[in-house]
Amino acid sequence: MAAVQAKALTYSYPGGTRPSIRDVSLSIERGEFVILTGPSGCGKTTICRCFNGLIPNFYTGELKGELRVAGLNVSEHPIYEMAKRVGLVFQNPENQLFALSVEKDVAFGLENLGMPRDQIRERVDQALKITGIEELRERAPHELSGGQQQRVAIASVLAMQPEIMIFDEPTSFLDPVGAQRIFEVINDLNKKLGITVILVEHRLDLASRYADHVIIMDAGQIILDGEPREVFNSETARLLGVGIPKAVNLWRLLQENGLVLEGMPVSSEEATRFLREVLKR
Amino acid sequence: MIEVKDVRFTYPTGVEALSGVSLTIEEGEFVAIMGQNGAGKTTLVKHFNGLLKPTKGTVLVDGVSTRDVSVAKLARTVGFVFQNPDHQLFCETVWEEIAFALRNFGFEEAIIEKRVDWALNLLDLIEYRQTSPFMLSGGERKRVALASVLAWDPKVVILDEPTIGQDHRQKENLRQFIVQLNGQGKTVVVVTHDVEFVAECHPRVVLMSAGKIVADGEAKKILTDTTLTSMASIVPPQITQIFLGLNDLGFPSDVIDVSEAKRVLFDYLVRSGR
Repeated sequence: MAAVQAKALTYSYPGGTRPSIRDVSLSIERGEFVILTGPSGCGKTTICRCFNGLIPNFYTGELKGELRVAGLNVSEHPIYEMAKRVGLVFQNPENQLFALSVEKDVAFGLENLGMPRDQIRERVDQALKITGIEELRERAPHELSGGQQQRVAIASVLAMQPEIMIFDEPTSFLDPVGAQRIFEVINDLNKKLGITVILVEHRLDLASRYADHVIIMDAGQIILDGEPREVFNSETARLLGVGIPKAVNLWRLLQENGLVLEGMPVSSEEATRFLREVLKR
Repeated sequence: MIEVKDVRFTYPTGVEALSGVSLTIEEGEFVAIMGQNGAGKTTLVKHFNGLLKPTKGTVLVDGVSTRDVSVAKLARTVGFVFQNPDHQLFCETVWEEIAFALRNFGFEEAIIEKRVDWALNLLDLIEYRQTSPFMLSGGERKRVALASVLAWDPKVVILDEPTIGQDHRQKENLRQFIVQLNGQGKTVVVVTHDVEFVAECHPRVVLMSAGKIVADGEAKKILTDTTLTSMASIVPPQITQIFLGLNDLGFPSDVIDVSEAKRVLFDYLVRSGR
């Protein structure tokens, strides 16, 4: 069964001059790791807000078409019901954190669900551990650095143990090592716990190795949708100015200059391996 | 242009964010300050426009100590674009946002109009002139914040994490734009984690860790030194990673961008007779 199924979805914000997403149809299977990318302002964040029901339940405006997420029609279910199934980590952690301690922020969603105290404790501990912020437990989120705040935001969503997790550029504020660690955490959630991951990301150099499905949007529409190698290799992706991994760019440049190369590396390890084979020939 | 002399800074909470930093940035330089979260990068650059004053040591801007001038006055020389645009934006329209500082600096209305339009054009924001900044995407808001600072034409431009939320094309625009600003003689200081961006810009890189400067030099040298990069929690550029894996075949390990990588590979193939 599909985790997300959208048919001809169109949405305009109230007062918006044009639809932010237009006639979007897509299907995301359970357990997939999907990267959603595209130029700034292309509608990525808007479609994420549809996936967890913020649109149309919080943002008004006109939503047309059909959207089922985790088996539910988002127009018919309130946000709190969607939130149990679909977690969203915002682009800017400051928009998400508000409690006086990290621990309280992470526990907040669970308390709202009326979960027993022991269970809350267990889930909070686990979420803090996975995101590597156990030692920040007592600290106030607003005093933390941008990167630390983003981890708290991720932990608070993790604690809800949703079926689907949406990450809206979750590593923007992190240093590259921190970013890589977060991508690995997200990858673990996907591969070990089977959580469907939808990752909105520009930094494809770091993220693309984990994905099994890439969707590229532009001007509110889906332009490309498929397997990472195919998508990154397409002329359309290049013309759109999507942040194609450097390994892919190098490969293409070598091909254009007459070097006959097979395959298409999406990570540096793969590129090194492929190049060694070529150089040995 | 900016002279930092043995600066220490302790936040009121008691956390020492800078533990003895000395750094000189000449007029017209392009410097990238890199390092892990919490290394003190933002704290350091906030000293450049007097937002923070050193607990110990001195910071001179154009020969004048930042202790002796107001932030408002310094701002005319040193423009600061914040990491989070929401800390900077508050007006009802993008146009008003950009005009705000110009009004504060006492520019005439006719000049304000010219400058705002110039900045909107420069950052591809013309279609949003009457839009509320809060209706825009994160990446677009970031450009509004940048436009609002460039509009008053400061001599030094500090950009705190300018590539966050920017797509590839905008990053490329930003890169060309910074190179252009720098070419016009402006001093540009960029605080960033974005190694791929720095790899394409080739600036002077100042690497920070735990409140100190741990390395200072050419991007090509610093980004390919894995001891330094791991100390600063950054990952070498993807191209460097590829070449590090080919080291035993006699390839150089200080390759940071795609076109150089191509050249090196073809040279190798030609030399080996293929």
